[in-house]
Amino acid sequence: MERLRRTMMFLPASNPGMLRDANLYGADSIMFDLEDSVSLKEKDSSRFLVYQAVKTFDYGDTEIIVRINDLAQGGRDDIHAMVRAGIDVIRLPKTESAEDVHAVEAVILEAETQCGREIGSTKIFTAIEGPLGVLNAYSIATSSQRIIGMAIGAEDYVTSMKTRRYPERASEEIFFARSMIVHAARAAGIAAVDTVFSDVNDPETLERETEFIKQLGFDGKSVINPRQIPIVNKVFRPSDKEIKNAMDVIAAINEAEARGSGVIALNGKMIDKPIVERAERVLMLARAAGIDVDGKGK
Amino acid sequence: MAKFEIKDQAIAGTLESSDLQITIDQNNGKGIEIDLQSSVEFQFGKRIREVITETLSNLEITDAKVSVVDQGALDCTIIARTIAVVHRASGVTENIDWEALESWNV
Repeated sequence: MERLRRTMMFLPASNPGMLRDANLYGADSIMFDLEDSVSLKEKDSSRFLVYQAVKTFDYGDTEIIVRINDLAQGGRDDIHAMVRAGIDVIRLPKTESAEDVHAVEAVILEAETQCGREIGSTKIFTAIEGPLGVLNAYSIATSSQRIIGMAIGAEDYVTSMKTRRYPERASEEIFFARSMIVHAARAAGIAAVDTVFSDVNDPETLERETEFIKQLGFDGKSVINPRQIPIVNKVFRPSDKEIKNAMDVIAAINEAEARGSGVIALNGKMIDKPIVERAERVLMLARAAGIDVDGKGK
Repeated sequence: MAKFEIKDQAIAGTLESSDLQITIDQNNGKGIEIDLQSSVEFQFGKRIREVITETLSNLEITDAKVSVVDQGALDCTIIARTIAVVHRASGVTENIDWEALESWNV
């Protein structure tokens, strides 16, 4: 079943307290960052810290992702440590081409082989942070069977594009990149996660931006502070009307199956596959928002 | 010959809450000496010393002068910081032998 990724929270891998408490904040995915948020002189120490944390803590259902460094700057050690620790998903730093993915994939395969882990079990999340990556988005998204998602990192991107973020407007400067990434992800059948909103003291703009990226089709948004999680989750909470409609669709399917009928209708309208998929996603989002759509509260 | 040799004084970790700062130096022929400062020394001092001593033993370090400031670190953090400081003191910060680490670190 598809996994929800409404929120992907960045946590610096150098902080033992945050590594311990990672899944208490309620994010769907946690991303331990060995790259940008760790200073050069603390890369080695942080790698050991994440290695021990992943081997020790039970993070429950929270998806744990680790962002590694570039292969030439410690990424090889990062991969070997994380594969051995049993991490499920490795996030690449700035991804520019399919070759970037292949290079990381080769090291993952080497690590899985050395430690006896099932080949192919370590998944990859890619991150598009530059114009070349945007233009190559689809070839990156389809470059490996291991890829489960693609994120956009806007800060590097806008710098390369000789502009800056304009969240106070409509973020037109990243509209093309967002559209390319969400299209590439959808065409490849993987998740699409939006960039961070860096002002933790501006919940209104975060909410507005989240509504926009939800409308574009993103699965969720990267967050940098636990305070941002409920704001993003609120935007992804389906309306009561959407939930009622989704429940009616699923009930109609169940009824048709019970009758042995292949034709499914609701209020005189045919129900086809996309409508069912949308209904299932609405119910998943409703369950994640704590709404009792399965009658378990009765 | 042991894999690690304490060549220079090294330090790892921070003074942040839930962390531990560990400094290691040579202690030729005098065994492992640990000087511990911890706000929870009465409850956990023995355990912190045990974890550090075990980790050093697993890394085949027999002589070291160790100074520790604990801020309430869990065992996994103590192990991680001890591994890091031994690697740094030995001049090994890349191409880590993960297989050797995993052989005792399960």
